[in-house]
Amino acid sequence: MTNLNEVRDNGRERVLSLRGISKNFGAVSALTNIDLDVHAGEVVALVGDNGAGKSTLVKILAGVHQPSSGSITFRGKPVTLDDPSTALGLGIATVFQDLALCENLDVVANIFLGRELNPLRLDEVSMEVKAWTLLNELSARILSVREPVASLSGGQRQTVAIARSLLLEPKLILLDEPTAALGVAQTAEVLDLIERVRDRGLGVIMVSHNMEDVRAVADRIVVLRLGRNNGVFAPDASNQELVSAITGAADNSVSRRASRRQTQGGQVQDQQTHRPEVRR
Amino acid sequence: MTKSMEQDPQVAPMLDRRDERVRHAEGFSASIRAFLDRVRSGDLGSLPVIVGLVIIWTVFQSLNPVFLAPNNLVNLLFDCSTVGVIALGIVCILIVGEIDLSVGSVSGFASALVGVLWVNQGWPVVVAILAAIAFGALIGAIYAFLFNRFGMPSFVSTLAGLLSVLGLQLYLLGSTGSINLPYGSSLVNFGQLLVMPDVVSYILAALPGIVLFVLEYRTAARRRAAGLSSPPLGRLLVRAAFLTVFLEFVVYYLNLDRGIPWMFGLFVGLVVAMNYALTRTKWGRSMIAVGGNREAARRAGINVRFIYTTAFMLCSALAATGGILSAARLASASQQAGTGDVNLNAIAAAVIGGTSLFGGRGSAYSALLGIIVIQSIASGLTLLDLSSSLRYMITGAVLAIAVIVDSLARRSRVSHGRA
Repeated sequence: MTNLNEVRDNGRERVLSLRGISKNFGAVSALTNIDLDVHAGEVVALVGDNGAGKSTLVKILAGVHQPSSGSITFRGKPVTLDDPSTALGLGIATVFQDLALCENLDVVANIFLGRELNPLRLDEVSMEVKAWTLLNELSARILSVREPVASLSGGQRQTVAIARSLLLEPKLILLDEPTAALGVAQTAEVLDLIERVRDRGLGVIMVSHNMEDVRAVADRIVVLRLGRNNGVFAPDASNQELVSAITGAADNSVSRRASRRQTQGGQVQDQQTHRPEVRR
Repeated sequence: MTKSMEQDPQVAPMLDRRDERVRHAEGFSASIRAFLDRVRSGDLGSLPVIVGLVIIWTVFQSLNPVFLAPNNLVNLLFDCSTVGVIALGIVCILIVGEIDLSVGSVSGFASALVGVLWVNQGWPVVVAILAAIAFGALIGAIYAFLFNRFGMPSFVSTLAGLLSVLGLQLYLLGSTGSINLPYGSSLVNFGQLLVMPDVVSYILAALPGIVLFVLEYRTAARRRAAGLSSPPLGRLLVRAAFLTVFLEFVVYYLNLDRGIPWMFGLFVGLVVAMNYALTRTKWGRSMIAVGGNREAARRAGINVRFIYTTAFMLCSALAATGGILSAARLASASQQAGTGDVNLNAIAAAVIGGTSLFGGRGSAYSALLGIIVIQSIASGLTLLDLSSSLRYMITGAVLAIAVIVDSLARRSRVSHGRA
């Protein structure tokens, strides 16, 4: 599986590469020997079941957790991500699943949180202009940037969080479940946005449960299972393959359910085609 | 949604006015309506304290006509300044969502330290004062260390500090019990007598309006240049004029008696400086962010421990400053200094003024407004010749009401999406 990563290394800059990353929380091994490569201009989808270690891996890359062992190489140099600001400074931006916004602050303050312009005399005008520019680039539906974030909907908050991650012109963006809370149109907008980010030459890691979204934008799908690498797939891999890699068995609850639905669906269709005749 | 998207490119309005689903208050009546909307959704600002102040002043004035006399109000301002500075520190610590219960003890200890160093040891008064403030900051640094390193809740560490620092104060004063600060010294004069000359006070009262107008006018011009909406010139003028007239009237009324105490000027200066730091600097933004969502602030790259440390140190240093001012006011450093109701008055002032006990919301001005309420109650009850037992009960009830208002407003903000 590691070999597959190496094979695809054809000429493009390797933004990030992880080797043998492990993370233990006490007696629990959340991650064991994870290898992962991300290249510039590439969307890598990270999929796996609940508890597979996706979020832990994202938090390690964001500098929130520190790995118990293993090495991280970012743009060719070995790095240690001691805290979130180190990761940010290197150019790794993260949009967390819980978005990590301050509800009591307004949109501008949230976008610029931790990197305000002109620290001793905040430049509110420039910050507001830049905030509107970023939000308009994302074709965001934000009503006012001077309202506290508490008054925004889930989708709007997601947009604010993504806008914030783009502020520092990062080299690598981590998106933890970016579409989980979004409606149909907003999901499409976020997927568009991910493609736009990729076309700018950034590496993107996207964690998602939604196979449809993953296949729509990912160049590579990396499967984690119980904290270990469990296969790398091309976006045209079949659902069957992905699901069995995620769950670790060809005969799993998803496939059983699918086949059950198939047979049931057949029956229902039969009934529906019959019913009009009965009425007559 | 599609409808608004179609209409967007029509006229390319200002950058922040593209979405026509938002109502923007344009005229005067619309501004009033927006204000009422805000209040109804639980964003009360300083409204409760102003309403409360009007009620309290009306009641006491009707009971005793001396209450609103210039002489009594000047005394009120002298008394406000001491605990007010302590309340300003409490605002700091409440904004990050922590508490300091030992501010009374720290203030008493600082007054004792100034007494010992200055009067007993013969240090220059300025050095003694600086030493006491530095010692206060050190105490805050210890709380911050306990909080950051061991995760010790500030509630407990400062409760421990309340006793320990009180012990230190008693130890310092042990042999004498209390130290009298010499009458006629600059420190005691500052605390008891010094008032601004009339001219100076009129000029200072005109400053806020002018500064406010100039700053807002420049901001409005920059916003227009950047393609953002800006308030109309008329509204800025009216506000600045209103503020100036109000302040000049206050100064005129107080100048009928002695005038504005310099000590109160110092207090207001500290409040304005703190307000600037909290609203216009990166540090202040970080304080509010840490109080609102500590984890989000950490992930945004804010040094959360540093922010907590500055909050604890500022709170204790301001408590020490307030203690020195009250020593100057009383011309003594005694074993009673900083005990009794000082602690709760300072916390009550911050909360009554509108700083939330739950963190993330507050303003430096809440210390100013809140302490005026607290001291008005104290002063009014003293004029009525009521004992301190009644004063404690009434102040306690007012604090309870303030916290209830805070909690209700918070619940309303959550349900109206204003958190």
